[in-house]
Amino acid sequence: MNVVDWVVLVGTMVGIATYGAWRTRHIRSLNTYLRGHRSTGWGTIGLSVMATQASAITYLSIPGQGFESGIGFVQNYFGLPLALVIVCAVFLPMYRRLGVYTAYEFLGRRFDQKTRLLGAGLFLLQRGLATGVTIYAPAIILSAVLGWRLDLIVVFTGLLVILYTVMGGSEAVSLTHKWQMAVIFCGMMTAVIVLLARLPDGLGFGGAAHVAGALGKLNGVDVSLDPKRRYTLWTGLFGGLFLSLSYFGTDQSQVQRYIAGDSLRESRLGLMFNAMVKIPMQFVILLIGALLFVFYQVIGPPVFFNQAEWQRHARGPDAGPFVEVEARHAVATKDTREAISAWLEARATGDAAAEATTRAAMVDAHRKSTALRAEAKKVLVAADPRAKTKDSDYVFITFILTQLPHGAIGLLVAVMFAAALSSKAAELNALGTTTTIDFWRHLRPLAAADEARNVRVAKRFTALWGVFAVAFALFAGFAENLIEAINILGSIFYGVVLGIFLVAFFLRRVGGNAVFFAAVGAQALVIVMYFSLDIGYLWYNLIGCAACIVLSALLQRLLGSMARVDEPSRR
Amino acid sequence: MSPALPPDPPSDVEPPGLPGFRSWRAVYVFVLGWFVLVVVFLALFMRIFS
Repeated sequence: MNVVDWVVLVGTMVGIATYGAWRTRHIRSLNTYLRGHRSTGWGTIGLSVMATQASAITYLSIPGQGFESGIGFVQNYFGLPLALVIVCAVFLPMYRRLGVYTAYEFLGRRFDQKTRLLGAGLFLLQRGLATGVTIYAPAIILSAVLGWRLDLIVVFTGLLVILYTVMGGSEAVSLTHKWQMAVIFCGMMTAVIVLLARLPDGLGFGGAAHVAGALGKLNGVDVSLDPKRRYTLWTGLFGGLFLSLSYFGTDQSQVQRYIAGDSLRESRLGLMFNAMVKIPMQFVILLIGALLFVFYQVIGPPVFFNQAEWQRHARGPDAGPFVEVEARHAVATKDTREAISAWLEARATGDAAAEATTRAAMVDAHRKSTALRAEAKKVLVAADPRAKTKDSDYVFITFILTQLPHGAIGLLVAVMFAAALSSKAAELNALGTTTTIDFWRHLRPLAAADEARNVRVAKRFTALWGVFAVAFALFAGFAENLIEAINILGSIFYGVVLGIFLVAFFLRRVGGNAVFFAAVGAQALVIVMYFSLDIGYLWYNLIGCAACIVLSALLQRLLGSMARVDEPSRR
Repeated sequence: MSPALPPDPPSDVEPPGLPGFRSWRAVYVFVLGWFVLVVVFLALFMRIFS
């Protein structure tokens, strides 16, 4: 990075954060601090919902996922449009009519306080842990870019987001989201344009897509019924539906974004905007990864994309195996490049037999190259058993740093930062709000009337969660693939929380005791299954939700019959 | 015993205010139709390039 990159990066990030803090510096009303201005339109809501969900991990890890496994991950989002329709039709009207600050207040009114605290507690546990992982992602990037210490970057980015989120609350979060999304759109468009321009002459988008497809990177719809496959049409439709429904319907970081609307119409339009845009957007980000895969097949990929980690060993006293595997990989890369050229030439001539032969040769060359990348990881682990071998998160940032012109590098690093700050801000805002409304005000009901004190307390809790997230991020190095780590964590808890809400909406005879104990039992079941079974993690959303609903109905029936037995004896 | 929920609000009565859409149900059907089109596009994309 040179001076131009630094000006773009620092100017963008500090500028947006300062703008958010300055514009909201006079907020004193609890309603505005926690819900934002009621004049918020659907565009702001839509972008804010999108910015909350799309963290730095989205732009860092998903292209890497496209590079490594192809675009199949897009199926993860297939349940999202239907989930948002259900949220619009069922959840949203109820939240707005009751005028709640948090989704869990609704549980308190529908059931009882212990169920409300359970829902809020599961949210704080799950989101509180995930928030540490999301702050860790941009720190990896800057650590690779600047060679700075990871822990210092975590602390500085954490402090920046804490500053404006604590000062302006929900209003500052929504305001900054709009500008952060503008930076993200500009940056990703720049990356796509540069990537297409850098593809070798004669390859172009069509040729690159054909190569990616032939090497299995464009399988966007998998109808397999194998439960061990992580991403299929069915896991996306069913598991993804439950994951999205619980995330958008019951996760306060999202609920807080869309209850801010001027009217029910604005909130609904903001959500429908996301229902239409999210899958195409994820497809484009994954496609960037698939095209990067082809780009690196042609120019020759490094044997391991986390070059800082690789070079640390390759330049050390035991460099022998590293140099040897690098040399073999260079030969395999050259073979792959030549095989790709031969296949493209055969395709151009229209000779079916030659095309089939060269295609088989290309697939074989790629298989050997991939095997050598796997071997390189084994060499790395042999040298350092604690080394992180998943290098796909470094693919996109490597492209940015080595292929983009100056200025654009700063912009793309700003994209990662903007995405990290936007999702982090919404999460801190939600954590602070839930702690204040569902726990602090519950324990101190007399303090509820003192609005200024409530705002002060909400600010303190937001800051406290920010400090916790920073502390957790400092120990988050275990996460091999960041996006999956967050989704797995969410899938373990979200299903049960969604089950509680679905019981609240649709099983009107079920009371607080039944749903509370059913939720505790369902959560224990999911945790036991996660540690003992080997199935796609998206299924835990469905299992947790179904277990909570079925157990609630059974327990309610049991409690009802016990009450009927007790009644005559009391008489 | 938990108190019963109040009746659901007539939330679909409010028009979406979008040209060509008279009710929210029509908006939802349009969004789900768009989703089906996107999946069909993905399947075709996969078929064309593999």
